[in-house]
Amino acid sequence: MSEPAVEIPLLSVEDLSVEFRTRDGVVKALEGVSFAVGKGETVGIVGESGSGKSVTAFSVMGLLPPAARVARGRAVFGGLDLLSASGRQLDEYRGRELSMIFQNPRTALNPIRTIGQQLVDVLVRHANLFRVDARARAVELLARVQIPDPGRRFGAYPFELSGGMCQRVMIALAIACAPALLIADEPTTGIDVTTQAAILDLLGELGAQSRMATILITHDLGVVAERCDRIVVMHGGHVVETAPTDELFAHPRHPYTARLIASTPRPGAKLTDLLPIPGSVPDLRQALPPCRYRPRCERALPRCDEPPLPRLVLTPRHLVACQNPLPVEAV
Amino acid sequence: MRRGSLLRLVVKRLAAALPALFAVIVVTFLLMRAMPGDPAVYFAGLSATREAIEQVRQKLGLDRSLPEQFVLYLRDLARGDLGQSITTGQTVAYEIATRLPASLELTLFALVLALAVALPLGILAATRPGSWVDHLSRVLTTAGVSLPTFFTGLLLIYVFYYLLGWAPAPLGRLDSVWSPPPRISGLFTLDSLLAGDAALLGACLKQLVLPAVTMALFVMAPIARMTRASMLGALGSDFIRTARASGLTRGTVLYRYAFRNAMLPVVTTLGMVFSFMLGANVLVEKVFAWPGVGSYALDALVASDYAPVQGFVLTMASLYVLLNLVIDVLYGLIDPRVRIEA
Amino acid sequence: MTSTLRHARYVVGENPVTLLAFGLLIVMLLAALLGSSIAPYDPLATNTVRKLEPPSRAHWFGTDQLGRDILSRVLVATRLDLAIAVGAVSLSFLVGTAAGACAGFFGHWVDRIISRLTDTIMAFPLFVLAMAIVAALGNNIGNVVLATAIINLPFYARMARAEVNVRREAGYVEAARLSGNSALRALRCHVVPNALPPMMVQVSLNLGWAMLNAAGLSFIGLGVRPPTPEWGILVAEGASFILSGEWWIALFPGLALMLAVFCFNLLGDGLRDLIDPRRRT
Repeated sequence: MSEPAVEIPLLSVEDLSVEFRTRDGVVKALEGVSFAVGKGETVGIVGESGSGKSVTAFSVMGLLPPAARVARGRAVFGGLDLLSASGRQLDEYRGRELSMIFQNPRTALNPIRTIGQQLVDVLVRHANLFRVDARARAVELLARVQIPDPGRRFGAYPFELSGGMCQRVMIALAIACAPALLIADEPTTGIDVTTQAAILDLLGELGAQSRMATILITHDLGVVAERCDRIVVMHGGHVVETAPTDELFAHPRHPYTARLIASTPRPGAKLTDLLPIPGSVPDLRQALPPCRYRPRCERALPRCDEPPLPRLVLTPRHLVACQNPLPVEAV
Repeated sequence: MRRGSLLRLVVKRLAAALPALFAVIVVTFLLMRAMPGDPAVYFAGLSATREAIEQVRQKLGLDRSLPEQFVLYLRDLARGDLGQSITTGQTVAYEIATRLPASLELTLFALVLALAVALPLGILAATRPGSWVDHLSRVLTTAGVSLPTFFTGLLLIYVFYYLLGWAPAPLGRLDSVWSPPPRISGLFTLDSLLAGDAALLGACLKQLVLPAVTMALFVMAPIARMTRASMLGALGSDFIRTARASGLTRGTVLYRYAFRNAMLPVVTTLGMVFSFMLGANVLVEKVFAWPGVGSYALDALVASDYAPVQGFVLTMASLYVLLNLVIDVLYGLIDPRVRIEA
Repeated sequence: MTSTLRHARYVVGENPVTLLAFGLLIVMLLAALLGSSIAPYDPLATNTVRKLEPPSRAHWFGTDQLGRDILSRVLVATRLDLAIAVGAVSLSFLVGTAAGACAGFFGHWVDRIISRLTDTIMAFPLFVLAMAIVAALGNNIGNVVLATAIINLPFYARMARAEVNVRREAGYVEAARLSGNSALRALRCHVVPNALPPMMVQVSLNLGWAMLNAAGLSFIGLGVRPPTPEWGILVAEGASFILSGEWWIALFPGLALMLAVFCFNLLGDGLRDLIDPRRRT
């Protein structure tokens, strides 16, 4: 069930369910994941490690490993269901209308090819430029992502650049053809703290400049609080809550969201103020209750053990998947 | 390519190869000194008189101390003097120079053949895991390294010459009805090509097939195995995911991105491949009566004629050092991390 | 322990070929131990009346140019071939591992000298070096074992050095030294047991390779002399008869050699899967 939207969303993920074949059986990594991204919107997907954030992104981009299978669901982008599109069709969209940047930028770039060549490869592929023109455009792009001395850096190899610079190069690759949507999977992992903010600022600027929608995947609530219009909270392969940022922080309705917020460091808060979330991320190889947060939840009711997991529409833009959501005042 | 980085790489690798070359010379010298019998007799020749033997003994410096002998040995080497063969009466240097092209031709063909089969096999096995190609390649690679080269040669002769009659008799580089092409490079195939003689070229190739296949069979296995493993590794790596996310075509991803990266370990494997081939030369040349340096050394060994054996060891080892140098440079060409100091 | 057994069962289940290899190994060991007792004929007994006979009920593998029964010769040769391979690999394993471990553990000039030595060996094409050593030191089986051991040394030395280095960095040694153990004890009790499993894989693979080497040397006349039965020399004896169609003289010893090497390679692969599933190829 997708959100009732005012305009047709740019990307609409509906009931996405993904399974992995493993030695220990079938793992249901994602179940019933639904959310939408509007044109020019910045959506944050947050959750602990193992909550399925990256798997969601890979599914949308068609980059799942061979052991994975999309059991059901749709991901509609510009009229095309990405999940049932052929490889050829996907190749037309990826890098041009829809792109992604990854964690650990150093390993995400081809180590034996100069960053300039890698940019030119993408430009020649999608923008129908000759290699000569592509070179000039590549240098422009490097400048746009604020890489100093872009002309000389064109011939640099990834190992000669810092983590932050590599991430900028990846961003340049991603925005080379002015995509409508950019997915950023934990873009600040593997980069030092001072550069992290700069990278996020860059993403924000680029998004604003070209009305590019962004999906920002992170485990850091502090990041999404500042930079996202809307937030999708995931846990154990489920979407547990979606809401506009202010609303989510002011009135979290899912017990998990509330605890997540309470465990996030804030200026002025003491270490003892931070409350850890009890229990651990569910083991997806075992049999699971309909609500995967149930074992860790202090508000669990008997009806939480009965399927299906509900999706309550609290306001047109605020959804929560809970039998016993928190009352409005709980903050 | 950055200006100067390639040159620096070559110079550096050359500098590293020189100690290896020196070590080879020293070890060969020591081994020769350890050989049973009186080297002076061997180097003077069977028909030499006592005075002649004494002269050779003095010339070789066998009456001097070991370090002095070594200096004399180096001096002879520098002059290209590798001694004399008792059995053929020719100088070792001449024989080796004349026979080396035959061995090289065989080795070259075997290498090309091995690469032509193993590389595509490895790539296919990696891109179609679990398919029949994958299983075939796995069987081949495990069986391939178990094959004794000399046995494979004999088997091939039996099946293709004796039973099927497709291959010519394994009696050397060229059937006796043909005469060899005018010598330019020493490689019969190349020379007949240059002479424009297609029929002769065909005859040469016919003789080459079985020995080349024999040698290639053993080295196909490690090459295919390494290609498959490194392609699998490359295809599963982060930068391939980025390439696919950028929408690059399947061909570009496979060849320009995955394959080039995957080639690095394969190039390193070539070192071991050459080590094998330069030794297997001896076996294959014996089975197919191929007149190369391997059979020359073997005939000399059997006749207790040691100068050719020493010359052979020196030649093969030096060639190996050179080939390793080429491999290192090739690796540096592909991988910038090696030639550019960050 | 049970988890290792469970994992072993999984690996063998996934790969029944490993089980096959084990079976082959048992057969080989039996042939080596009992060869002379179960051979139907005396391997050295000539009988020119029945020379060059193809395989028949009396002689399962046929007879050679001197009327000797090939089955008996192949069987009896198992012991010699195995002995040479095991002898050579044991020697190079012990010396190589010790040298490599010292190089990795003590570092500095010990490391430099040992590394130079192994580099020197590796500067030669290995079979050529083996030929040269046997030619120089004397044409007998002992030198074949020695030569094969020498050319295999670098693998073990390098592996041991690398493994020791990794563990030295990892702090096992620091911890052991801090609790009062001497350097040698630390090496023996902490480093070596952890480095052993991957080396076992190498040993198995090496056994096959050593066999091929030794057989190759005897094929060209180095080491084993006729009439001693050894697979390489048996193939050499049969080589000249291939052209006239008497295929059985060379085929059976060659097959035996192939099977033995194949068996060791499969075992090595199986061991590797057992120890480190990440490295499965």
